[in-house]
Amino acid sequence: MTEQFDYKSAPELIRVEDLHKDFGSLKVLAGITETIHKGEVVSLIGPSGSGKSTFLRCLNRLEEPSSGHIWFDGVDIADKTVNIDKHRQKMGMVFQHFNIFPHMSVIDNITLAPVLLGRQSKDEAVAKAEALLARVGLSDKRDNKPTRLSGGQKQRLAIVRALAMEPEVMLFDEPTSALDPEMVGEVLEVIKSLAKNNMTCVIVTHEMGFAREVCNRVLFMDGGVICEQGAPRDLFDHPQHPRTQDFLGKVL
Amino acid sequence: MLTNIQNLLGKYGMNFLNGLGTTLLLALISVAIGCVIGAIVAIMRLSKSKLLGGIATVYTEIVRDTPLLLQLYFFYFLLPDILPALRLSKFTCIAVALVFNSGAYMSEVFRSGIQSIDRGQTEAARSLGLSASQTMLRIVLPQAFKNVLPAMCNEFVAVTKETSLASTFYVGDLMTQYQTISGKTYLVIEPLLIIGVIYFFVTFTMSKLIAVLERRLKADD
Repeated sequence: MTEQFDYKSAPELIRVEDLHKDFGSLKVLAGITETIHKGEVVSLIGPSGSGKSTFLRCLNRLEEPSSGHIWFDGVDIADKTVNIDKHRQKMGMVFQHFNIFPHMSVIDNITLAPVLLGRQSKDEAVAKAEALLARVGLSDKRDNKPTRLSGGQKQRLAIVRALAMEPEVMLFDEPTSALDPEMVGEVLEVIKSLAKNNMTCVIVTHEMGFAREVCNRVLFMDGGVICEQGAPRDLFDHPQHPRTQDFLGKVL
Repeated sequence: MLTNIQNLLGKYGMNFLNGLGTTLLLALISVAIGCVIGAIVAIMRLSKSKLLGGIATVYTEIVRDTPLLLQLYFFYFLLPDILPALRLSKFTCIAVALVFNSGAYMSEVFRSGIQSIDRGQTEAARSLGLSASQTMLRIVLPQAFKNVLPAMCNEFVAVTKETSLASTFYVGDLMTQYQTISGKTYLVIEPLLIIGVIYFFVTFTMSKLIAVLERRLKADD
C-alpha cells in the first residue's frame, strides 16, 4: 500500500546511535543505530526477549539507556541532563495493557495532560477530545468511567489520549497483545488510519499481516541488535538472514 | 450495679465527657498529623535517595519494634529536658509521642497503597509528559488513597484505643477518668463498663462512617 514511501528523502525524526541497554550483566540492547524518518510507519518484530520492547521504551526513556545517543528534535534526549518530560510531550505511547487512568472519566483521561501541561485551554482540550472520541467511535462513552470499557475500547481510548498531546511520533508497545481476538481488528484499524494520515509510528507487534500491510519498513531484532530490515515485501518474502528466516518460518 | 452506674453517670457525667473529649482530641491529633508525616515518610522510603530512604526506614523500624508505652515514657521525660524553654505540658509530650508513633504506622499504610498501584499507571502518565510529582499527585495518590482507606480506618481505630495508655501520665483521657473516679468511689467494674461502652461506641461509629465513605468511592467507579 504505502511501500513506495521514499522514507530516505523524508526528514529525520529520531536518530539512534549505538544504543546499549544492560540489566545487570544481561545485555538487552547491544548497539543499535537506526533512523526513523518523518511520516514513516516502522514495525519492530522479533522473538520475545530480542529487545524490541526495550528499544521502543528507550526512545522516550521509560527505560534509561546504558549508553548511546537518541537525537530527537535536534536534542540528544539520552543525555540525562535533558528535561525528558518536555520531549515526551511530543512522543505518544500506547501500551500493551492500555494503562487507562481508572479514577477518571473517559474524557478526563484525554484532557488531563494537555490541560495540566498548559498545551491547551480546558475548552480547547474538551472540544479536541470530543472530536478524537468521535473519530474512534467512543463518543457515547464520553462521561463513563473507563472500568466498564472493553479491552478494544480501552486501547482506542489510550490511542486518542496520546494523540491529544499532538505528538510528532507514536510509539506502540504490542498494542494488540492483551486483546481478545475479536477486538484486535478495531484497534489495528485506528492505527492504520493514523498511518494513512502520515503520523510517524513505531510499532512493536506480533501481527505480521498488519506489519506487512501497513508498514513502510520492518526491522527484525534478535539478541539486542537489528539483524535485518527492509520493505515488508522484501523482508517477509525474501528474508536474507538465517535468524530472520528461522523466526518467520515459525510465525508465518 | 445498675444503680451504681446511674449514680456514677449522675455525679461524674461531666468527667466522662471531658475524658471522651481528651481521648478524641489525642486520637485526632495523632491521626491527622500522623497522616501528613506518614505520607512524607512513605515518599521518602520510595524515593531514589538512599539517605532519605535510610532515615525513613530507621524511623519506622524503631517505632514498630519498641513498645508504645516505652515511647510514651521516653517523650514524657525527654521532651521537657531538651526543650525546657517551651515548658511543655504533659498533654503536649504525650501528643508528640502518639504522633511519632502513628506517623510510622501511617507511612507503612501509605507505602503499601502507593506500591499497590500498577507501574503502568506511572509509565502512562510519564509518557504523556507529566513530571514525577504531577504523576504522584494526579494519578498515583488518588488511586492509592482509595486502596488504603480500610487500613487507614483500622489505624484510626487502633490509635483511638491506644490513647488509653496515656492515662499512665494522667492526661485526662477516658482511662484517666476511670482511675480518678474509681479512686474516689472504690468502684471498679461500673466505671470500667461506662468507659468501655464509650470507647466501643466511638470506634464502632468511626468504622461504620468509613465503611459508608468506602462504598461511596466504590460506587463512583
